[in-house]
Amino acid sequence: MTENKSATGALPIVLVENIHKSYRRGSQEISVLRGINLSVAEGNFIALMGPSGSGKTTLLNLIAGIDRPDEGHLFVAGTDITLLGELDLARWRAHHVGFVFQFYNLLPVLSGLENVELPLLLRDLTRKQRREHAMLALELVGLQDRMHHYPRELSGGQQQRVAIARAIVTDPTLIVADEPTGDLDKASAAEVLGLMEQLNREFGKTIIMVTHDPRAAEKAKEIHRLDKGVFNNK
Amino acid sequence: MELIKLILRNTLRQRLRAALTIMGMAVAILAFCLLRTVVDAWYAGVAAASPNRLVTRNAVSLIFPMPINYRQKILQVPGVSRVAYANWFGGVYIDERNFFPRMAVGPEIFFDLFPEFVLPDDHLKAFQKQRNACIAGQKLVQKYGWKLGDTINLTGNIYPGDWQFVLSGVYRGATKTTDETQFFFRWDYLDEVLKKNMPYLSGYAGWYVVQIRNPFESGAISRTIDALFKNSWAETLTETEKAFQMGFVAMTDAIVTAVRMVSFVVIGVILLVLANTMTMTARERMSEYAVLKTLGFGNRFLFFLISGESVTLALLGGLLGMALAFPVADVFAAEMSTLLPVFHIHWKTLLLATVLCLAIGLLASAFPTWRATRIRIASALSHIG
Repeated sequence: MTENKSATGALPIVLVENIHKSYRRGSQEISVLRGINLSVAEGNFIALMGPSGSGKTTLLNLIAGIDRPDEGHLFVAGTDITLLGELDLARWRAHHVGFVFQFYNLLPVLSGLENVELPLLLRDLTRKQRREHAMLALELVGLQDRMHHYPRELSGGQQQRVAIARAIVTDPTLIVADEPTGDLDKASAAEVLGLMEQLNREFGKTIIMVTHDPRAAEKAKEIHRLDKGVFNNK
Repeated sequence: MELIKLILRNTLRQRLRAALTIMGMAVAILAFCLLRTVVDAWYAGVAAASPNRLVTRNAVSLIFPMPINYRQKILQVPGVSRVAYANWFGGVYIDERNFFPRMAVGPEIFFDLFPEFVLPDDHLKAFQKQRNACIAGQKLVQKYGWKLGDTINLTGNIYPGDWQFVLSGVYRGATKTTDETQFFFRWDYLDEVLKKNMPYLSGYAGWYVVQIRNPFESGAISRTIDALFKNSWAETLTETEKAFQMGFVAMTDAIVTAVRMVSFVVIGVILLVLANTMTMTARERMSEYAVLKTLGFGNRFLFFLISGESVTLALLGGLLGMALAFPVADVFAAEMSTLLPVFHIHWKTLLLATVLCLAIGLLASAFPTWRATRIRIASALSHIG
């Protein structure tokens, strides 16, 4: 059924079944994903690699529930997210997915602590509880001493660490990272990758990461290569 | 609470843009308040009209007088309690630009019929005692620096000659909306001089002010009064004081309508300015809205975030404009006191301005909110960087 089975043999937390996705550009229809199957076990750390336009970010977006496939099914933690409506899907994302973007995407008007606290506004928590959770997450990424700084006052690496803290603060089922080191210098990239590796190893977080960087992909337990919308794991 | 914090921080994010938008909004609301106040000032006489006062005038035109003996006949009409009378004097005080209403009034009960003119007893007694006495409104006295006992010279135009009056009283308005720029002197003094110099003009009143016991009977009483003088050489037209005042306003109806329209055009212009600001702002922040949606925030949150910022800008500008309207209105009132004697910003104007600020804020954010709620997260995020 799947081209890529979980290497650990554990139960899959993510199951992608025969996913197709295409986009229209003017009158032209571009097929981005063509019958993709993938299984990711809980606690795994996988890297999606491939040339530009191969469909890796599209696949990541589909798994994270921020885009919808034309065909096929996507099961995450037992839920077929292709069947969820917009509102339910938004709620599902808030509870199950932590996002790390290439350009950090922190809100510039909020401090590091407030940015990390942001996803918790959707939870039934008191202000004090939210603060405690956010401070703990920032402590985990080693930024407790800069929590009151605004994004413009932080380096790229520090901003990405805040973004990782924001991704983990809700204790999500899955962390998705799209080129998390793409905008960082070598040292900062190493720090961020080390952090992700630590989250996977010590806290058992399932991570799916899209990257161009072979050194980043080396940190993952599995590497899956996409080319022209299909897996090519030769 | 967190949402409000985010709205406020977003509002002040582009300081120059926010400041310019707030100032634009302030100027628009200031203009709106002043224009509405001009309209209110135009209607001040109508607003001050009492429901238990009727005005009887010559049916042909106000410029034609009626015999003074009509007063006794009107007093006989059932339901009428008191009748006062007055003549429009016109005249010039030093220069034609110094306009203020000048009227000859029956000294006996005129001020009893107009309790909105608050006059100290000793001033009234002095007025009733001295034949060439006059009473002026507080604003008028302040404007020309008159003092009690001063002689005020008027040059007559309707009633030619040099007229001298002694200031025996100063009235103040019972409310802010009472005209304090009027000038009254005694009808019997006018008549006495006319008898000597222009006897054909003596013995006439310009209009009668009829006090009635029951305002609900105003229609029937008006008809009865007019029937009394049917087929006489000076037929009458009796109407409520409000209708009488409306008659003056109706003459300038087109101007009032134009002023009203301009006040709403100003609001329309600022709505477009704010809508443009909010559209630019929202376009710059589409990626942030996409991130918020990614994190699980729904369209309702985006609606509150964007419209909240828009309403905050509109309200800040609006409140500034309303605050500025008071000192500007004071200057305006001082400059235009003769033309628009009652120039006060009414609370209804402020309420309307506040409601308009809210409406402008919401309408200006409608399009950017609609766009933000329709963005596809994946494509919005792909444009970042």
